[in-house]
Amino acid sequence: MIEFRKVSKSYGANIGVKGISITIDDGEFVFLVGPSGAGKTTFVKLFLKMVDADRGHIFYKGYDVTKLPPRLVPQHRRSLGIVFQDFSLLPKKTVYENIAFAMEIVQKAPRTIRRMVPQALDLVGLTKEADKLPNELSIGEQQRVAIARSIINNPDVLIADEPTGNLDPETGWEIMRLLEQINRRGTTVLMVTHSREIVNAMNKRVVAIKNGRIVRDEKGGLYHPEEDDDPVPRPKEGALSLQ
Amino acid sequence: MSFAYAVKQAFSQIGRNRIMTAASLASIIAILLVLGVFFIVVVNVNNMAEGVKKDFDQIQVYLEDNVDPAQLDVLQTAIGGIPGVAGTTYLTKDEALEQWKEKWGENADLLDRMDTNPLPNSIIIEVADLNEATSIVAAVEPMVGVERINYSQDTVDKLLSVTRTVQLVSLVIILFLIFISIMVVSNTIKLTVVAREKEIAIMRYVGATNWFIRGPFLLEGVIIGLIAAAISSALVGVLYHYFVGRWGVEFLLLVSSSFVDEWFLTENLLIIFAALGISIGACGSIISMRKFLER
Ligand SMILES: Nc1ncnc2c1ncn2[C@@H]1O[C@H](COP(=O)(O)OP(=O)(O)OP(=O)(O)O)[C@@H](O)[C@H]1O
Ligand SMILES: [Mg+2]
Repeated sequence: MIEFRKVSKSYGANIGVKGISITIDDGEFVFLVGPSGAGKTTFVKLFLKMVDADRGHIFYKGYDVTKLPPRLVPQHRRSLGIVFQDFSLLPKKTVYENIAFAMEIVQKAPRTIRRMVPQALDLVGLTKEADKLPNELSIGEQQRVAIARSIINNPDVLIADEPTGNLDPETGWEIMRLLEQINRRGTTVLMVTHSREIVNAMNKRVVAIKNGRIVRDEKGGLYHPEEDDDPVPRPKEGALSLQ
Repeated sequence: MSFAYAVKQAFSQIGRNRIMTAASLASIIAILLVLGVFFIVVVNVNNMAEGVKKDFDQIQVYLEDNVDPAQLDVLQTAIGGIPGVAGTTYLTKDEALEQWKEKWGENADLLDRMDTNPLPNSIIIEVADLNEATSIVAAVEPMVGVERINYSQDTVDKLLSVTRTVQLVSLVIILFLIFISIMVVSNTIKLTVVAREKEIAIMRYVGATNWFIRGPFLLEGVIIGLIAAAISSALVGVLYHYFVGRWGVEFLLLVSSSFVDEWFLTENLLIIFAALGISIGACGSIISMRKFLER
């Protein structure tokens, strides 16, 4: 169980999140939606302890993440799988090596690595691509490798920040089927998304954040366009410069 | 297994950054060479100062060549009567040469190359109270048959103060150079860290411990430091050997103290440089990693 209790985090004058309280049960599938700059990534980073909360508590597995001493942070992260926008694959390592790497750095035995990596590749349907380099794969395939890597150490929670962000709809659905399959194995899934189609089709819990606050939390919820901003960015007036 | 991993990573990083590694090796070697020179100076100055202090309680009275045994008797009695004198010994020029040979040890054969014995006969005065040394010198100086007195409180004081200054200045310079080399290593490693930033980010996200991430970089620094230490102690050893061979006699005649033994010095230099190399490398890599491991 994950519990946020009145958690706030700001970056100087910018508000990240403000007084957020929420409980997520084991095995749940939660969509985190909201306009750009709402605080979704901040929410996720707080849980990963990539940023520190200014106020509040985050309870998980019986400890308070906000009070976790640095030496216990690695242990905390090992129970979490992460698929992140800025957390891509290593370009010089093969698909197999990229996944094995995540096991090597938590010092899993070579035998375990040789047994587990093919299983993960099989799960994401990339057994044949094991020896390819990331740039020889499509974006969707790369994302599947990233997902394979994120679950290779059997995390209790999978955190995906816009995993379908730059994918065409069909590939996006492939990713969603994969995440649902992972969720059915008992892994809690927390997914940040801007996709109305996906949220509406999946019939999961939807948590909407706006200006750092939770404005809606609904089981089997839908995507509310009025909670999101204009997806087409408009140039600010006077922001254009010549040359 | 984790240590083997770190070693493997460290060498592969060094292999990948050959030019940067070579550049930082060169700068650390250059710094260690300068450091080695100061080290040699300090060690020799210390050695000399020790010798001077040992000679402190003795006043050596050089005699004119024409002093006969009767005159000598008179002199010794007169000197023995001066307050503060504990005793006197007569030292012939041949005995003096023997003493020098003993003192020079290995370098004694340098003396054999001289045709005549350049040393005079002398009387050695044992001083009972160092405070009276100056008045003893003053009393002995005007006596008949005395050529020169080899004792000067002034010289001793000056020498000791020069020694202290040299030691202090060298220490400051040595510390400064150590600081510079730490910066050099940390910059090299910073480059390899930046090149591997993505890998490090992934490691942190997945839950690698800081030590697991730091290990290879730490080892990289230590390896660079050790290689630099080995090369520069060998270089300094060879240079010192050449220097002692070339200037040993002059030095001996000048300050009546021989150079510190080459092997002894090189051995110690190797130990000191290795320790320095390890700490420079380790500090350098810790400094360069600090920022990346803050979170
Ligand atoms: N490192 C940072 N330094 C300063 N401000 C930050 C930083 N990270 C986030 N912010 C600010 O905090 C607020 C919330 O950002 P966050 O990244 O959580 O939004 P988001 O909901 O993930 O947006 P998006 O949908 O665009 O990814 C924004 O105003 C953002 O500018
Ligand atoms: Mg975001």
